[in-house]
Amino acid sequence: MDGNLNALTTIFTEFYYWVTVVFMFLIHVGFCMYEVGVSRRRNHMHTLMKNVMIIPLVTVTFFFFGWWIYWAFPDFPLFGGLNHEMGNPNLPWSETMGTNLSDRITGVFWAAFLLFSWTAASIVSGSVIERIRSSALWVHAVLIGSVFWIIDAAWGWHYAGWMVKYLGYHDAYASGVIHAIAGGYALGVLMVLGPRLGKFTKSGTPRDIPPHNTWMVTIGIFLIYTGFWGFYAACNVPAISPEAIGGEITGTTWTATNIYLAPTSLSGITFNFLMSLSGGLMAAYVISKGDAFWTFSGGLAGIITASAGNDLYHPIQAMIIGAIGVVIAYKLHFWVERRFKIDDAVGAVAVHGYSGFVGLIIAGFVLWGAPSSPFEGYASINPVGQTLGAIIMFFVLGFLPGWIVAKMQNAVGALRIPEEVELQGLDYAEHHTYEDAKNEIIESDKAYLADK
Amino acid sequence: MSTIGLENWAVDLAEVGPIYPFQGWEIAMTVIGVVFWLGWHRIQYVRETEHLKNVRNIGDKEKIAKALERY
Repeated sequence: MDGNLNALTTIFTEFYYWVTVVFMFLIHVGFCMYEVGVSRRRNHMHTLMKNVMIIPLVTVTFFFFGWWIYWAFPDFPLFGGLNHEMGNPNLPWSETMGTNLSDRITGVFWAAFLLFSWTAASIVSGSVIERIRSSALWVHAVLIGSVFWIIDAAWGWHYAGWMVKYLGYHDAYASGVIHAIAGGYALGVLMVLGPRLGKFTKSGTPRDIPPHNTWMVTIGIFLIYTGFWGFYAACNVPAISPEAIGGEITGTTWTATNIYLAPTSLSGITFNFLMSLSGGLMAAYVISKGDAFWTFSGGLAGIITASAGNDLYHPIQAMIIGAIGVVIAYKLHFWVERRFKIDDAVGAVAVHGYSGFVGLIIAGFVLWGAPSSPFEGYASINPVGQTLGAIIMFFVLGFLPGWIVAKMQNAVGALRIPEEVELQGLDYAEHHTYEDAKNEIIESDKAYLADK
Repeated sequence: MSTIGLENWAVDLAEVGPIYPFQGWEIAMTVIGVVFWLGWHRIQYVRETEHLKNVRNIGDKEKIAKALERY
């Protein structure tokens, strides 16, 4: 870190990512509140614990192998071998994976990606509440958070990823690489897991299982919106020179870039974040006839749909795209629920999966012909590349692994809790102990008072 | 002797790399970390299986009905 300007740039970049990480923590707080708010009282503690323990499990595994995958897999296995040059400094035993005065950025950059990993795992967690075994969910959390999403990031969310090079894949704020994959993964697990007791009538008509606390759900989703700001900022490189990028950009003007090192601006993504949120909220309000649960989730779905191209869209485009995604996701949710008897407790497959999928395809048309990268020889953005990308994210890296692993867990009886436990509630034993302890101490105090 | 390889800060920071203790033992530390992680899953899975077996029939119908009413 020699020279004042160099030092300032380094410290600014360090601090920038560090702040985004703190903001993104709110996404997880929001998910926890949302899940607990949706679950019924007899399952609260297990629901909360299931999501909270995602934090340490994904963190340690992301340290052990997730971060290395991102740097080693951009071409692997279809278009080349492992990239050891980029991968080795990110192995858990590398000297840069610790306090190191010659490397001041790896830890915060690692943490920014890690928070995306928590989000991917947390999306799956919400959809399966009240009947999955915690042990089963935690295996899925490690797989989606530290393996599958980060493989897709290496392929399609890395300046040298093969999907970017050959397909012109463009997904600036992760419509596909976080949301479509997590939604697809959740759907794969749900298909094996089955619905909660009572979700469907004998004739197959779905019943509504309303949230036990709508206010908690509301605050939860607003916290997710807030954390999403941090996520948007974390997806950017805040300030970089054309010389440092080393691509085709001429001149000496520094710029913010997206993850592909292609230019954008904080101003542009701020416009688009808010306009796609608004488009989503407005469309969801209309399509759901003012249902609070779907209106608020629709805001999120609006952002997710527009996220693939929110580095380049005009704000009005972001608004309309957000609105379109919400309508499709809402309709698909209820169609899939009725047709396949899928019980997605929080609507995660729709809000994240379908919106992300649709958003990728829309970006292919709206941004058709735009450069996907500042580097020479990369395919430009196009509808075919985006559609293939959407299929890879949702089905190949999302749905398929989720379904296969859930099948394996189901085969050995390790996926779902017993029916009796589901009915009495996951927290029944703890409540029982609590009530017994409470009664005992009350009786003891009364006896003491009587002796006085 | 110092576990971090430095006994004072009279150094040119441009020449300093890692400053965590026990440098050179990173692979061994990784092995310990992975064992800790996998061991945690094992312990949790065994306990959860036992717990679910035990709590299957602990509730009488009246108490369960009361719990259901609490929503």
